[in-house]
This record gives sequence, C-alpha cells and structure tokens, in this order.
Amino acid sequence: MPSDHSDGLLEWLGPILQGALVTLEIALLAYAIGLGLGLLGATARLSPWRSLRGLGTAYSTLVRAIPELLLIILLYYAGSQALNALLAEFGGDTHIEISGFVTAVGVLAFVQGAYMTEVFRGAIQAIPKGQLEAADAYGFSRPTRFYRIVLPGMLPNALPGMSNLWLILVKDTALISVIGFEELFFTAQQAAASTRDYALFYALAGALYLVMTLGSNALFARAERHVRRGQPST
Amino acid sequence: MDFSWLSDPFYQKALWTGFVNTLWLVAVSGVCGFALAVSFAMIRLRGPRPLAMLVTGLTTVVRGTPLLVQLFFFYDGVGRLLPEIPGLRESLIWPLLRDPFFYGALTFTLSVGAYTGEVLRGALLSVPEGELAAGRAFGLNRWQILYRLWLPRAIQMCLPTLTGELILLLKSVPLVSTIALMDLLKAANMVRDETFLVYEPLLLIAGIYLALTLVLTSVMRLIEHRFPGARPVAPKRRRLLPG
Repeated sequence: MPSDHSDGLLEWLGPILQGALVTLEIALLAYAIGLGLGLLGATARLSPWRSLRGLGTAYSTLVRAIPELLLIILLYYAGSQALNALLAEFGGDTHIEISGFVTAVGVLAFVQGAYMTEVFRGAIQAIPKGQLEAADAYGFSRPTRFYRIVLPGMLPNALPGMSNLWLILVKDTALISVIGFEELFFTAQQAAASTRDYALFYALAGALYLVMTLGSNALFARAERHVRRGQPST
Repeated sequence: MDFSWLSDPFYQKALWTGFVNTLWLVAVSGVCGFALAVSFAMIRLRGPRPLAMLVTGLTTVVRGTPLLVQLFFFYDGVGRLLPEIPGLRESLIWPLLRDPFFYGALTFTLSVGAYTGEVLRGALLSVPEGELAAGRAFGLNRWQILYRLWLPRAIQMCLPTLTGELILLLKSVPLVSTIALMDLLKAANMVRDETFLVYEPLLLIAGIYLALTLVLTSVMRLIEHRFPGARPVAPKRRRLLPG
C-alpha cells in the first residue's frame, strides 16, 4: 500500500542519510591515506634499491590480484588481531574492541594504496627525465624537486587514474557492510528488512551512491582542468 | 596454520562447487556481457536517439552504483516482487528465477555490458574512417563491415583493456557469497564457521584467486599476441632469423 511505503521511507530516510555521511567520511579518509600509501608504494617501486622495489611490487601485485571483498574480510580479522596483540603487549589485559570505523578506513586505504601505487608509478615515469636533471643541475634538494617538479608534472597524468580510483573507492565502501559496519548500504539493508520494501530501499541506496559518484565526477573534471592549465588541449 | 580440514570430503566438495560456480559465473557473464556490450556500443553509436539515451542512462547508473547494491536490488528486491506477478510461478522460467545463480549472472552481465560497452564504444570510434570506407568501396554491406572490419579492428585495439575488465569480473564474483550461492568465498566462510579457523580458508582461496588471475592474464596475453593483425612479439621475430 502506498501509505505504508511512505511511512517506512520517512522513518528510515534520516538513518540512511546519516549512513551516507558515514560512507563519505570513510571514503575521504581512506582516500587520503591511500594517496599517501600510493606515493610510498610508487617511490618504493621506482627506488634504486632492489629489496624496496620487490616490496612495492609485491604489495601492488598481490592486493590487485585478490578480490576486494576477500581482502576486506581477511584484513578485518588480521588487522583487529594484530592491533589487539599490540595492545596486549603494552596495556596488559585491555582487550578492546577496535572501532569498526578504524578498521573500515584502514582496510579500504590499504587496498586503495595498491591501486594508487600503479597510478603514481606510471605518472611519475611519464615525467621527462630532462626536467629532473634540470632540477638537479639547479641544486634543488630532493623535497623541493618533489614539490616543484615531480608533483606538478605528474598530476595531469595521475588525475584521471585518481578520479577513477575515487569512484571505485566510493563503491567499495558498500563492501564494508558485509563485515557488519553501519554505513549507507548496511542501513539500507536494515531498512529493507524491517519494512520488507526491498526494491525501494536498495534503489534509494543506489541513487545516493549515484549522487556521490556523479557529484565527484564533476569535481574531478574541474580539478583536471586546473592541473592541465597551460597545457595544450588534447 | 592448520589445513587438516582440507582432507574432509565435505569441505572438498564445497570448495569444488564454489570453484566451478565461480568459473561458470565468469564464463556466462563474460560471454553474455560481451554480447550486451557490443549491442550497447552499437546502439549508442548508430541506434535511434531515444534508445541510445536509454542505454547511456543505464550505463551511467550501473557504473555509478556499487555492484553489491545492484546484486541485492535484483536478488532481494526484484526477486521478491516477482512471485506477485500472476502466472509467473507456474511458468517454465520459474525455476530459473528462483536460482541465485541467475541473479548473479544477470547482475554481472549487466555490469560487464555497461563497463565494456564504454570501452568498446571508444575503440569503435577510434577505428580510422578510411578503413570503413574501404569496406564500402569493396561492396560490403553494413553487417559485413561491422563483423569483418569495424568490430575486429576495435577489439584488436582494446584487447588489453578487455583483459583488465575480465579480471575485474573474476574479482567481483565473491560478492555472490552474500546471496545464497556457493562460490569460493562462501565455501571458505563455511569452513571458517565450522572449524573456527579464520586465516587458513581465506588464504587458501586468496591463493586460488591469485592463480586464476595469473592464468586468465596469460591466456589473454596469448590471445592478444595471436589476434589477427597484432604486432609480432619479440620471440616470434627472433625465430624468423636464420640459424
């Protein structure tokens, strides 16, 4: 009956929007950490040291070859166990429940970092060698060379990949619901189960994800125009 | 690490069923999805405008929402509404509509169609106009041009991307463990629940997925190199040299 539908929808709209906010928070945090991990990974993969290269390659290859859902479940258990072991080492018998939020962010960031490694590696390699040599010739320090030459030089190449990964990340946050963390999709599932309006609430969740992905698409398009300023249009 | 449960025929059977189901899902959704992708791409390039807009909208929605949400929408959402359609329960396709495999394959097919459709559309657009004109000059009709020139050339151009899409499809299969379908992850979860071993079953199927990814990638590399018109690879060239 239509009136029943709108009652359930009104009742659940608040929690679901709340869940959407949590999803955005997780995604933003995981993205920020993933960017850092990606930079580290790319640096490792391009480093002159063989062992570091091997480590970077192993990280990006293994994580990218294993399904995200499987990794999330695996890292969820491994991560909480490792943290608890660490706490037991320091705090005696304080067996605390690690917040789902931290695990969710950590796991997603770890996966994101592997994909980001490849994006950054390609983008850094695309920087003409002469530019780096010129920076060295001018006596730039390593950090200055990174901020003044490498970063602005690689961003135009990296941004399409970065925007793609952001979209994948937003969609991957739904996987966190499988380990029982209350984000957008988990709340939608609860709403669906309690009102028995399955199609309605899944469609609503889908629509909210769509708003997020389409909205960020527009933002990334602007960012891309910004970093490509001064370059001939392709 | 305790892998003694592997000798239990019950778990062996579950893992095998999960393995077979995983491969079947990839095969069915890969083939149907590719056919759908070709039609999506052609509709968007040559189809009537309303239909093209419909496909564009569908592609946007599929690519903009999580696959897990789509799977639940079809399985839990649409699947629960279907019995209310009069006569459907008695029809011949009802057993199919009750099978979770159908919903998994449907979701993945649609997903492959949307993602790969975009890839193919771009590739079709980058086939030089002159080659199609040559086809017309030889008196080929529209279908012959599509099947003998346009599509093969486009596929040749985007084969590496198609490999990537296939791996993505393989890696999305574990999502079906959330609906009542036995795949590798579901089998591993079953072992976990019953033996209280957390890492062993998960690591085992992570290894299986790693192996599957490697095998699929090398098979696709082989196809890429064998594909008509592909650039000859280094080892082949060497063989052309005498002695």
